[in-house]
Amino acid sequence: MSLLSVKDLHVSVDGKQILNGIDLEIGEGETHAVMGPNGSGKSTLSYVLSGREGYDVTQGEILFKGENVLDMEPHERAGAGIYLAFQYPVEIPGVSNLTFLKTAVNAVRAARGLDELDAINFLKFAREKGEILEMKDELLKRPVNVGFSGGEKKRNEIFQMAMLEPTLAILDETDSGLDIDALRIVSEGVNKLRASDRSMIVITHYQRLLDHIVPDFVHVLAKGKFVAQGGKELALELEKDGYAKFGIEDDADQAA
Amino acid sequence: MAPPAETAPVFEEAAKREYKYGFVTDIDSEFAPKGLDEEIVRFISAKKDEPEWLLEWRLTAYRHWLTMQEPKWAFVKYPEIDFQDAYYYAAPKSDEDKPQSLDEVDPKLLETYEKLGIPLAEQAVLAGVAVDAVFDSVSVATTFKEKLTEAGVVFCPISEAVQTHPELVKKYLGTVVPYTDNFYATLNSAVFSDGTFVYVPKGVRCPMELSTYFRINAANTGQFERTLIVADEGSYVSYLEGCTAPMRDENQLHAAVVELIALGDAEIKYSTVQNWYPGDENGKGGIYNFVTKRGVCRGSNSKISWTQVETGSAVTWKYPSCILEGDNTVGEFYSVAITNNYQQADTGTKMIHLGKNTKSTIISKGISAGKGQNTYRGLVKALAGADGARNFTQCDSLLIGDECGAHTVPYIEVANPGAQVEHEATTSKISEDQLFYCQQRGLDPEEAVSLIVNGFCKEVLKELPMEFAVEAQKLLGVTLEGSVG
Ligand SMILES: Nc1ncnc2c1ncn2[C@@H]1O[C@H](COP(=O)(O)OP(=O)(O)OP(=O)(O)O)[C@@H](O)[C@H]1O
Ligand SMILES: [Mg+2]
Repeated sequence: MSLLSVKDLHVSVDGKQILNGIDLEIGEGETHAVMGPNGSGKSTLSYVLSGREGYDVTQGEILFKGENVLDMEPHERAGAGIYLAFQYPVEIPGVSNLTFLKTAVNAVRAARGLDELDAINFLKFAREKGEILEMKDELLKRPVNVGFSGGEKKRNEIFQMAMLEPTLAILDETDSGLDIDALRIVSEGVNKLRASDRSMIVITHYQRLLDHIVPDFVHVLAKGKFVAQGGKELALELEKDGYAKFGIEDDADQAA
Repeated sequence: MAPPAETAPVFEEAAKREYKYGFVTDIDSEFAPKGLDEEIVRFISAKKDEPEWLLEWRLTAYRHWLTMQEPKWAFVKYPEIDFQDAYYYAAPKSDEDKPQSLDEVDPKLLETYEKLGIPLAEQAVLAGVAVDAVFDSVSVATTFKEKLTEAGVVFCPISEAVQTHPELVKKYLGTVVPYTDNFYATLNSAVFSDGTFVYVPKGVRCPMELSTYFRINAANTGQFERTLIVADEGSYVSYLEGCTAPMRDENQLHAAVVELIALGDAEIKYSTVQNWYPGDENGKGGIYNFVTKRGVCRGSNSKISWTQVETGSAVTWKYPSCILEGDNTVGEFYSVAITNNYQQADTGTKMIHLGKNTKSTIISKGISAGKGQNTYRGLVKALAGADGARNFTQCDSLLIGDECGAHTVPYIEVANPGAQVEHEATTSKISEDQLFYCQQRGLDPEEAVSLIVNGFCKEVLKELPMEFAVEAQKLLGVTLEGSVG
């Protein structure tokens, strides 16, 4: 049985059809890359999987661990193990990163039937995970994402993922905004988090991320539909020849 | 929380008993226990065995009150209050009347305490359980008292201070909030039931926070509290007031007066977490909280700092203020006011700069949810002699939902050309992005709102003593329950 099973998924936002029949099976421990031009619906897919309001499923189904997630609130999905590393992380003024994470960690632990972590154990845990991603202490104490540089925000997303220990992590363009060193540190961090009981959807435009995080499968999304699927070599082809080979013009250009 | 509908009869019972067994024997039987007249004022004063000067002061206030009109300028609406349809004196319930154990207390009230994480023993005190039935409060109180006495700090009910330190009370009572001040303060001056008195002698740093917990034990305060705090030269005191939980206040009208006096180089820090009964989700019931709080920095280099977290009451009308009389004095006001359902708050501060190089800071955070209305009303005034006066004001409003309102009414009066007044104001909404982000991290919508709101209030909450801050944070969460999704 797949961990995630998406069948014939149609999604509209504000009455506009964005996803037009997505099929996706993700097995335990697998890493899938999703590529596709701007505006093709990659973030939309990540939002609908995590349950964002306003993304209406007009047709199809999403099963996670065999359960229909469409009946679940976003925080229930998080508790069940779905994690989204945002393309555009959100700022929460006045709430320190650590306070935020302690609340979050204990919320998902409660949902998973685990005991709360007390302050001391939480800090130990945070320090451990922080080291993997070389998080500066100062960033842990600052308000969530406030005044963080673009790269710091992305690194923080993966740090949070390490803390929340998801079974399905969706990484939406985590590589954008990272400098060369940060890209290496963050992708090494992600690789350390790969496990037989953790699957990932890695959304990206670039092969350079997939050089580090080597996917088991690659899917190409265009106009809300997968137009090509294959192994890791598919991404290399894309890199070389661009989307034209798949009969796709840039969606954004079309829309303009 | 305790709906007044349930508690009111208890109060009436208590008052009637008073009437039958004590009240009527002391005053002419033609006076009903309800309502207000000179005889009632005399009765209250006699009950407390007050000296003549205090009775006279009360009576003068009462006569003045008769000439006054209820103020209507605040941005709050409530039905006409019939001042004759209220009790102005009720002795605290005797221990036999109180619930004897937590089992007898309204479970809804206990549930709220539970959410606030208040320890059992304290819950009992707050719920008005006869304290001896639960733990030995006497010994706790004694340790506190011994320590304070050693330091020379006077901390007792004001009625006791009138007996034990009449010269201090006489010297300072009504010097910051005169009996003519405003409708509610004048009423309070006439009929104040009890309250707290604090005196910190010269050069003494009060060895502990003077806290509510102790105060509730020490003084059973009623609807017309009167608090007087005097910090003598070079002394320091931090006072924590209020209800760390919904108190079982049987009254609808709460009109307290607080006066603070800081002499040269002294500092007073006054923190309040107010959580009176706010009324139900339909706007029925709740406390009208009409409070006059004012401090004066009388000597140079003194400082008064107000911090308030206002989560309760149906209507709040409250402007803790500082009169910066001495040179180089400092006034601070940190406020969080939150309104949910049909709650209304009109609150703010007045900073009156008289001395040279006086400084004031105002940080106000208003949060409105449901149909709540939240108004910041503040005055910054620099008189001609206030050379080098500085004020910084920041008013931020946060809206949750579409039916609530936030209003900012700053008044600035500057008579000294060298004075600098800075005012910043923002209004924002909790964004759908923030909510979703938090939810994606596992927080349910209520936790998410509570976290975002706590972040919004951070600058104020950090001014509260540690333990208070934790309770205040939880209170914000409880107050906002049901405001989303
Ligand atoms: N609220 C909305 N109303 C109308 N159209 C929307 C709305 N939200 C998203 N869209 C449209 O849906 C399409 C898919 O957007 P999405 O963000 O999923 O693209 P993407 O593949 O993640 O692009 P990128 O690579 O630029 O991140 C875009 O054309 C976008 O403009
Ligand atoms: Mg995107």
